[in-house]
Amino acid sequence: MSDFGIDLATLGGWLPLVFAMVMALSMLAYVILDGYDLGVGSLLESADSVEQKDMMIASIGPFWDANETWLVLGVGVLLVAFPMAHGIILGALYLPVAFMLVALSLRGVAFDFRVKAKAHHRPLWDKVFYIGSSLASLSQGFMLGQLIIGFKQDIAGLFFSALIGFCLLFAYRLLGAGWLIMKSEGALQLKAVRWAQNSLWLTGAGVLAISIATPWVSQRIFDKWFSFPNLLMLLPIPAVTVVLFFVIHRSLMRLPSRFAQGNQYGAAVPFSSTVGIFLLSFYGLAYSLFPWLVIDRINIWQAASAPEALLVIFYGVVVVFPVIIGYTVFAYRVFWGKSTLLNY
Amino acid sequence: MEALDPVVLARLQFAANVTFHILFPTISIAMGWFLLFFKTRFIATGQQHWMDAYQFWIKIFALTFALGVVSGITMSFQFGTNWPGFMNTVGNVAGPLLAYEVLTAFFLEATFLGIMLFGRGRVSESVHTLATWLVALGTTASAFWILALNSWMHTPAGFEMINGQAHVTSWVEVIFNPSFPYRMTHMLLASGLTGSFLLAGISAYRWLKKDQSLAVVVSLRTGVIVAAILIPIQIMVGDLHGLNTLHHQPAKLAAMEGIWETQRGVPAVLFALPDQASQTNKFEVSIPKLASLYLTHDWNGEVKGINEFTDHPPVAPVFWAFRTMVGMGLLMLAVSWFACYELKFKQEVSSLTAKILVAMTFAGWVALVSGWYVTEVGRQPWLVYGLLTTAQAASQAPKANIALSLAMYLTLYAALLSAYVSVVFYLAKKSATVEEKTPLNSLEAQHV
Repeated sequence: MSDFGIDLATLGGWLPLVFAMVMALSMLAYVILDGYDLGVGSLLESADSVEQKDMMIASIGPFWDANETWLVLGVGVLLVAFPMAHGIILGALYLPVAFMLVALSLRGVAFDFRVKAKAHHRPLWDKVFYIGSSLASLSQGFMLGQLIIGFKQDIAGLFFSALIGFCLLFAYRLLGAGWLIMKSEGALQLKAVRWAQNSLWLTGAGVLAISIATPWVSQRIFDKWFSFPNLLMLLPIPAVTVVLFFVIHRSLMRLPSRFAQGNQYGAAVPFSSTVGIFLLSFYGLAYSLFPWLVIDRINIWQAASAPEALLVIFYGVVVVFPVIIGYTVFAYRVFWGKSTLLNY
Repeated sequence: MEALDPVVLARLQFAANVTFHILFPTISIAMGWFLLFFKTRFIATGQQHWMDAYQFWIKIFALTFALGVVSGITMSFQFGTNWPGFMNTVGNVAGPLLAYEVLTAFFLEATFLGIMLFGRGRVSESVHTLATWLVALGTTASAFWILALNSWMHTPAGFEMINGQAHVTSWVEVIFNPSFPYRMTHMLLASGLTGSFLLAGISAYRWLKKDQSLAVVVSLRTGVIVAAILIPIQIMVGDLHGLNTLHHQPAKLAAMEGIWETQRGVPAVLFALPDQASQTNKFEVSIPKLASLYLTHDWNGEVKGINEFTDHPPVAPVFWAFRTMVGMGLLMLAVSWFACYELKFKQEVSSLTAKILVAMTFAGWVALVSGWYVTEVGRQPWLVYGLLTTAQAASQAPKANIALSLAMYLTLYAALLSAYVSVVFYLAKKSATVEEKTPLNSLEAQHV
């Protein structure tokens, strides 16, 4: 039995739990995977030359489409497994969702149009790519802020959500810059180190703002964190997060001189540490929110579809998920290492 | 004012999005198989022009695919935002079908697309061919699941209603519901026709621009021949689909045919202005008894009229959309057969035929969209036939939000559609003027 009077031995007990995990993991995969390519997109206009832009796009070209599919899966699971919450959450986020969709559309097509349209239109499509990526990141951050505070849309709530939007943009930039440090060489790589440095502290501010705000949203979340012995067991989360920020900072200081000597050792450190920060933040958030889809209003059991429908999808997930992960890993291995310019 | 009704706004928004979305998968489903065909021919014959054709068309495929992906993502959100009542009532049916589409189709096509587009030289030729296969299969699998759901909304089966919610009793009956085999075949043929007219139209354009390389010739031949083969099959399947509709959704069929009163020896209406107020056709031009013959296979067979049904769709849009689709189908038949005749007996198409093919580059879209309007508007006022009306399922989102986002989407779609069409022709023109290289991972080659 769980705290919510749910018998986890029944289908109606454990299936919503499994789907909550599938949904959360899809969203995590989305935020990290599309996060780095949105980040690269929002840095595009800071590049020095057309060649750098081409290289930046080439580093995400083979992946963006599959990365975005995790969003479809995450929202799809919300829709099919928790239809009641889907209506309420997306209803509350109607406009930011619309902005995000328009932005994602623009970014997705600009990727193709920039090289296929007339040459003199290319700067325009580059701008569209940059604006689309940035606006999508801002909207996603805004939605994250709204989710955390239970969709309050008073002045303070909107301000907090806007702040998170801004911070997520920089967190994505940090990821994107980390990705570029790993995937590029030469001037672009050095440039990416500077982009990462510029994004690091605003990312930190975002993590801090979320950490401070979340416990005050609900007494229940406050108790979850600040009671004994929970506090001691949870302490590693913020502690390791702080260490990771420090690791990234130090790595960014050292990498340029190492690259100058032709040494690529440690080029993956900023990216993987940033992924670590995302994982820990995700874990912290999941701990705070669980099992609520809308804080203190709708939990996963209240919103779940009929067990028999969930069971049918569950079989599909069990069979297909490992295959998806298998060929995703395969695709990343095919394009492993430093990027080269793309051509058909 | 009716125009400000949130249900009308929600429908407009969803219709705009679905209409925009369907244009692109329809091309990419067919184009995936055309690309596989070009590649297989290249491997079998070693003739470079097949690879050149592949290299050209993969650019258009990638562009089309991207537009399909981004507009599809919008749809996955709008199912819930615009039609919350849909999932609440039939979520146990729709949910798993949508989930299987994402699981078995979306990831497959999206992941292997990267390898198909950019992986040549990084993977072996056979792995690349496998990736091309998987992308083509993925696009088709996606059509399978979404059409199973759409068909179920027209002819629901394999479920029972408990406390106002549909619960599945048989998945086989849900998926293979009565209209599914017809709709699936009709749609895949529509995709093949849209793709082959695009192939023929753009190749004819390159031909007229004096790019008469073998790659252009084989693309043109492939497009024309496939169109000529598919169109009579499509007309036959369309007829069968119509008979299926007569059986399961007689009100829709009455609207398609413009039949107001139940009668025997029904005429086939060629032209008319259906008038809802007086419930008659104005300026009707018709052939006596013909409709009875093709609907009931009897000159004096009885066909039910609109007035027989309390719930029926608006007649004029269904009536006109149906005529647009059929007219376009007949035009496709005439043009593709004539072009085929020229290719066979004169070895090449005349410049007039080439110009007509260019004009019909996107003919498939016209037939496709009007066909969809026939079937979707024809289902009204139902969202799920006999089970849930569109109005019951609509969202209570504030009008201003729907209106604002609708304006944004419409602007976006208009811009993207014109950009798409002009870039497709621009790519054709560019390849006619610039000597096409076949870059394989060489840095200095033209990169995309």
